[in-house]
Order: sequence, then C-alpha cells, then structure tokens
Amino acid sequence: MNEQFHLLLPSASSLSGRIDALWWTMVLLCSAVAIGVFIVMWVFCIRYRRGRQIDRTLSRGTTPIELTWTLVPLVIFIGVFGWSLFLYAREKNPPADAQTIYVVAKQWMWKVQHPNGTREINQLHVPLDVPIRLTMTSQDVIHSFYVPAFRVKQDVLPGRYTQLWFEATQLGSFPLFCTQYCGLDHSRMGGQVTVMRPEDYARWLRGDGGNATLATRGAALFRSLGCSGCHGANASVHAPDLDGIYGRMVHLSDGSSVIADDVYMRDSILLPDKQVVAGFDPIMPSFQDQVSEDDLLALIAYLKSTRTQPVSATASEITKNGRH
Amino acid sequence: MVAIDADTHLDATPPNFLNQETGLWSWLTTHDHKRIGILYAIGITFFFFLGGAAATLIRLHLITPNGVLLDTETYNKAFTFHGVVMVWFFLIPSIPATLGNFLLPLMIGARDVAFPKLNLASWYLYIIGGLFTICALLMGGVDTGWTFYTPFSTMFSNSNVFLVIVGVFVTGFSTIFTGLNFIVTVHNLRMPGMKWFKLPLFVWAMYAVSIVMVLATPVLAMTLALIGLERGLGVGVFDPALGGDPLLFQHLFWFYSHPAVYIMILPAMGVISEIIPCFAKRDIFGYRFMVYALVAIAVIGFLVWGHHMFVAGMSVYAGLVFSILSFLVAVPSAIKVFNWTATLHKGTISFEAPMLYALGFVGLFMLGGLTGLMLAAPALDVPLHDTYFVIAHFHYVMVGGSVMAYLGGIHYWWPKITGRLYNEALAKFSAILMFCGFNLTFFPQYVLGYEGMPRRYAHYAPQFQVLNVLSSAGASILALSYLLPLAYLGWSLFRGAAAGNNPWNARGLEWQTTSPPPTENFYKPPVVQDAYAYDQPAL
Repeated sequence: MNEQFHLLLPSASSLSGRIDALWWTMVLLCSAVAIGVFIVMWVFCIRYRRGRQIDRTLSRGTTPIELTWTLVPLVIFIGVFGWSLFLYAREKNPPADAQTIYVVAKQWMWKVQHPNGTREINQLHVPLDVPIRLTMTSQDVIHSFYVPAFRVKQDVLPGRYTQLWFEATQLGSFPLFCTQYCGLDHSRMGGQVTVMRPEDYARWLRGDGGNATLATRGAALFRSLGCSGCHGANASVHAPDLDGIYGRMVHLSDGSSVIADDVYMRDSILLPDKQVVAGFDPIMPSFQDQVSEDDLLALIAYLKSTRTQPVSATASEITKNGRH
Repeated sequence: MVAIDADTHLDATPPNFLNQETGLWSWLTTHDHKRIGILYAIGITFFFFLGGAAATLIRLHLITPNGVLLDTETYNKAFTFHGVVMVWFFLIPSIPATLGNFLLPLMIGARDVAFPKLNLASWYLYIIGGLFTICALLMGGVDTGWTFYTPFSTMFSNSNVFLVIVGVFVTGFSTIFTGLNFIVTVHNLRMPGMKWFKLPLFVWAMYAVSIVMVLATPVLAMTLALIGLERGLGVGVFDPALGGDPLLFQHLFWFYSHPAVYIMILPAMGVISEIIPCFAKRDIFGYRFMVYALVAIAVIGFLVWGHHMFVAGMSVYAGLVFSILSFLVAVPSAIKVFNWTATLHKGTISFEAPMLYALGFVGLFMLGGLTGLMLAAPALDVPLHDTYFVIAHFHYVMVGGSVMAYLGGIHYWWPKITGRLYNEALAKFSAILMFCGFNLTFFPQYVLGYEGMPRRYAHYAPQFQVLNVLSSAGASILALSYLLPLAYLGWSLFRGAAAGNNPWNARGLEWQTTSPPPTENFYKPPVVQDAYAYDQPAL
C-alpha cells in the first residue's frame, strides 16, 4: 500500500473539526438507517418466503405508520439542516481581523499575491493560527479553490471576486486542487498550501525582499494609469476623492448607496458607468482590457492602504456630494 | 419446455403486433406504441453500450495516477461523451420511452397513446439528435463536460460544442413530445372504471414524469440556444468579458437538470412499485402515500436546483433556501423506500430475476439517497462538492437506481413484450453480479470523495490509487453483468420458451391480453381490477 495513503483526512483548520463532527454524525446516522432497512428487508424476505407456513393476515390502517415515517425523517432533516446552517454561516463570514491574500486563477495555474508584494504560483504560504481571507478572481473560465485538509472550497469566477477564509491550525503542507472543470489541464491545476509559524512566515515574506508591497505597486499604477490626474488631491477634474474610500458608504446618482468593497472598486474601474457617485458626471473612461487582474488587485490594495483608521461605515460621516 | 415445443406453441397463438405486419418499412412507419417502444429500446441499448465504452476507457485510464491509456484531451472528451450519451440518450428516454410507451396504453386499457404519429416523430427526433452527437464524436468529440459550464463552453473550448448542443436540443423535443403524449393519454384514454386512484403506480410515475418533462425540458432548449448565440455570434449572455453572467447559465442549466434527475428516477420508482407487489404477492403498502410521494417529488424537484451551486458564488441566503428544500424532497423518497420494505411484510415472497433487480434497486437507491442528504447540507457540500463523493452519489441513484430498475422492468415484462421466457438462472446470476460489481465500482468513490479527489481528473495524486484500482476492478465486473443480459435475452428472443399470458401470475390489465399483445392491444376488453389485488385470483 502506498505510504501516503491515509484513510483519515488531516483536519487542519479551525472549522474542519466542527465540519467533521457533522460529517461523522451523518455517516453514523445514514449507516444506521441503511443497515436497519437492510436487516428488516432480509428478515421479511426470509420469514415470508414462498412455501413457508406463517400467519399472513394483513392488519388494517396504515396511515399512522405512514405518518410516523413521514414526520420522523422530517424532524431529523430539519435538525441536520439547522446544524449545517450554523456551520455554513461561519464558513461564509470571515472574522473582521482576517488577513487578505489575493488569488488570481487562470488556465491552469494559481497566482497568489501577498499584501507585501510577494508573489507565488501554485503555492500558498500562510501563517499558523491566523485567519486568512482569500479574495479570488479568474482571468478566463471558472475554477474552484479546494483545500481538502481545511474543508474549504469556493468557485473562482471571471469578472467578480469571491471569498474564502480559513485559519490553519496545523503546520505542514496540504494539497490544493482545482475542482471546477476548466479545460485541458484541469487535473494539473493544483499545488500546495504551506502552513508556517507566524515568525517563519514573516521571515519568508522578507526573504522575497526585492518586491514593492502590493499597495506600493498599486500607488505606482495609480499614477502611471492616470488615475491620479483626476482623483488626485490637486486635480482640476471634478472626480470623487478616493482617500480612505474603502469600506465607506457611497451614495450613488440613482439614489441608492453601496459599501465601497472590492467588488465596487473593481466595477468602478472596469465599468465606471455602472455605479456613478451622486453629484458627479459619468465622465470616467473604462479601463477594461487595460488593467490585468493582478494590477487591479494592486490598485485595490493601494486604495485600501489609504484608509488611515477603521471606519464605521455610517452615512452620517459622508457629505452629500460623496466627498468626506 | 424445449425450444421446439415453444415454437409450435407460438405459431398457434393469435397474430400479434410483432407478426401482423413484417418488413423494415412496417417498423419505420409504425404508429403502434408497442413497436415504437421497441424502436426506442434498440436505440437506447446502442447508446448505453456506446456510453459504457467511454466509461470503460475512463476506468482503465484511472488505474494509475498518471493515466495509462488516454492523453488528457481524449480523457476529457471521454468523460464528456459518457455523460452526454448516458444522460440524454440513455437515462432520460430509458424507462419512459421503452417500457412507458409499451405499457402505458395497455395498463389503462387503451388502444394506443393519444397521438400515435407524434409518438413516432419523437423517436425520429431522438435518432436525429443521436446522429448529431455521434457526428460530434466522429469529428473529434467535445470536451466541455456534460454540464457545458460557461464561459468555458462558449468562449474557450475548441471542440464540437455546436454539434452536441444541437443534438441535445433536438432530442429534448422528443422528450417533450413523449411527455405531452403521456399526459393526454392518461387524462383521456383510461377505460371506463379506471379511476385515478385505481391506476397502477407505474402509470402514476409516467404521469408525474411527463409533467416534469414538459415543464423542464424547454428551459434546457433555451439554455442551449443561448450557448449557441454566445458561441456563434458573440452575444454576451454568460461570459463576463462580453457583459454576461456565468452563474446565470448555472441557474438555467440546473433548473432543467435537477428535475432531469427526477425524470430519471421517477419511472424507476414506478417499475419497482409493480415488481415488488407481484413477487411478494400482496397489495402495495400505502398506495395513496406512494402516489402523493411521486407527485411531491415531481413538484418539489423543481425548487431544489440551487443545491448544485452552494460553492458557485451564490448568496448564503439562497443556499439556506435551497438546502431546506433539498431536505424536504428527501422525505417522499424516504416514504417510498419504507413502503417498499413494508410491502414485503406478510407477503409470499419468491425471488425471480425481476425481484432480485428490484431488491437491489431499493438498497442502492437508499444509499444514493442517504448520501444525498449529506450533500443537501451546505456545510458538508462545501468539502464534498465536485469530488468523487458526488460522482458516487449520483451513480448510486442513476445506475444503481434507474439502470437496475430498467433491467428489472425489462426482465419483468419481457415475457409480455416478446412472448418468450429467458434463462432464469443466468438472469438471477447477472442481477447478483450487477449488485456486487456496482458496489465495488462506486463505493470506493465515496471514500475517494471524502479524501478529496476532485472529479474530471485525468491525473490524480498517488494517495488515491488504491481506491481507484478497486473501482476499476469493480467496473470490469459491472461490464460483464451488462453484457450477460444482452446475450441471454438475445437468445430468448429467438429460442426462448413460450411465456403464456401471465407467467408471474401478476395483476394489472397488461397481463389480461395475449403475449405478445395484438396490434389492437386486446382481443376482448379487459376487466378493471385493482392493480395490486393479489388477494383475489387473476382475471
């Protein structure tokens, strides 16, 4: 037998143990039902086989029995549903203090960018016991980011950001797979997630010292792409000031308002006419096809970095014209 | 009885639908629902072995982690072809278009279906759709997976997507026509006295499935047309680069394809509900609950499609709604399993081949259904989604369930359809072999999925090899168990002993006529008797 073969999957994230608890409960429950029905079938088949002398008078009135095996499963199902929902809500809501790492998928590789500018391909290094949020997008088709040991999976779509979070609780390397069929080399689109002690992670990040941080690279792009010409402090064009924009409530010209999150910023760069800030003309050109997915993430990291203190995104902090 | 006796006996029987007209042309222009059922049976048998050949290639390839047989591109095309052929050209037409066509009018005492010419047109559409698909295969195949996920299928795949979607599109209309025909037939052509709650459960299953066919399949047609528009003309519907939304495709596709799962399993439930009472020689337990369960599955089945999309980027709230609805649809399935089991209680049970298939069905369908509960819970679906766990789950339902039921039905009604008996010992042997081979093939895939092996992988990590080898070994047994019936049923067709009108001493109108039935179905009008009146003598 292969020495790498383990019947039990490693449980290496803060939620994997809880998910396993539900999983093994379901395995036991389903096995009990299956074995129970099999035994009853066997017993009936033997007891009531043709040629055997036995009382075969049918009793009347099956409705109480029918109702029992309608309602009992229903109650059990609702219980399982509730338990699963509780876990699903935790899986879907990253803690507020989670560190963000960016992932861009393309046929057939995973490109990872850490906030300090370190990049890697088909590898993801993360610190132990720190909640990590992955903000992911795809350059081409749909992919899916799957780390069995963490029990996490999320499809990665072109044209939007999806999120996934985990907190690794075990040191070591764990396989990473693409689970959404994405063309020819789908089965080769995998890699490793390496969990390191936080101090080792910090050293590992510094080891790649030649890079500017993601935000610094974004700041350079902000100038080179001409964003600062309109959105900069000294600009003559009437455009929203973007300092500290991330996470704030933005009022739009159609009367609605949105929180300025990753998706909002991405859309504002690529599809500027989609959500126009109240009080401004829709004069911004689209940057579609001019900014790569990697550069977009750098720009967003830069815009995030301009936020000086945590904001409570209440409308009262924002003036009527969208500036603050 | 020896074969020669059988032949003389058959010659002595009155003319039947097989010999009243002869020649290829009489078959190709027939309006007889029984002949059309047989035309379908020939078609789906051909496609079953074609899809099975693709499955054989897949299982052979996966014996080693790096693949032994196919290059990656061919592997991707093999699993796509396997899925497309098995879903649309075998499973969906399997029971309704063969057994349903043959039996539905007989069971309600009708002369034919409501629209016999439309019925023949369905078969031609099915064949035309099949030709497009085979054409796509001959021109190099298609590599999108049977699910055609966008934007891969519209903007990235360099294979014959067009031909296949045209093939599936056309075949979809054959499904719609069959559904329409059955609905009208059940409403209008029941013989006097055949009230709704006297209908055999097989007829109820056909009725329920027809409603799903008629309502769901047009959505598939629209979705495929939109793929064609985006791929051919660059109209942005699904690809974000063109302003489209890839999740829209998944919603539309699963709005059809989840009900399609019920198109595959409801008829199987109907077949099993006929076989078990016949070989337990007692009334089906809880007839009305069985009817309500069929209808409930058909209705709720339309509202659960989102459980295919828990990790697709759908909102948490949508996930919540689809999860609870998926648990709800499991309740009527549970009722059915319990009722089949209870039907054995105080029966007089014999174990002929159809009964072995039916008992195998109940076991395998139950395992498939129970693992479906795990997938209905989003917290568990997140790790299990798109792994071999899902592959094992739906093969338990569709192969362990639908295919076992189809073969059980073929064995059960074979004497009625052909007028001949088959080799009972071989039939029993192949039913048991199928059950064992099936479990050896697909049970390891549950474990593989839990271990994290993704589906649609031409290469896999070495730690998955042991289970893959087990699965491939099982597949070889399974293949043998599918070839065996082809041999002994083929032999029976020409050499089998005469069956008589009612060899199983079954109830139901189809057993009151001769075997094979005449073109007009009944020489003398049948007498309506409760379909499961095993406490009374057969009429």
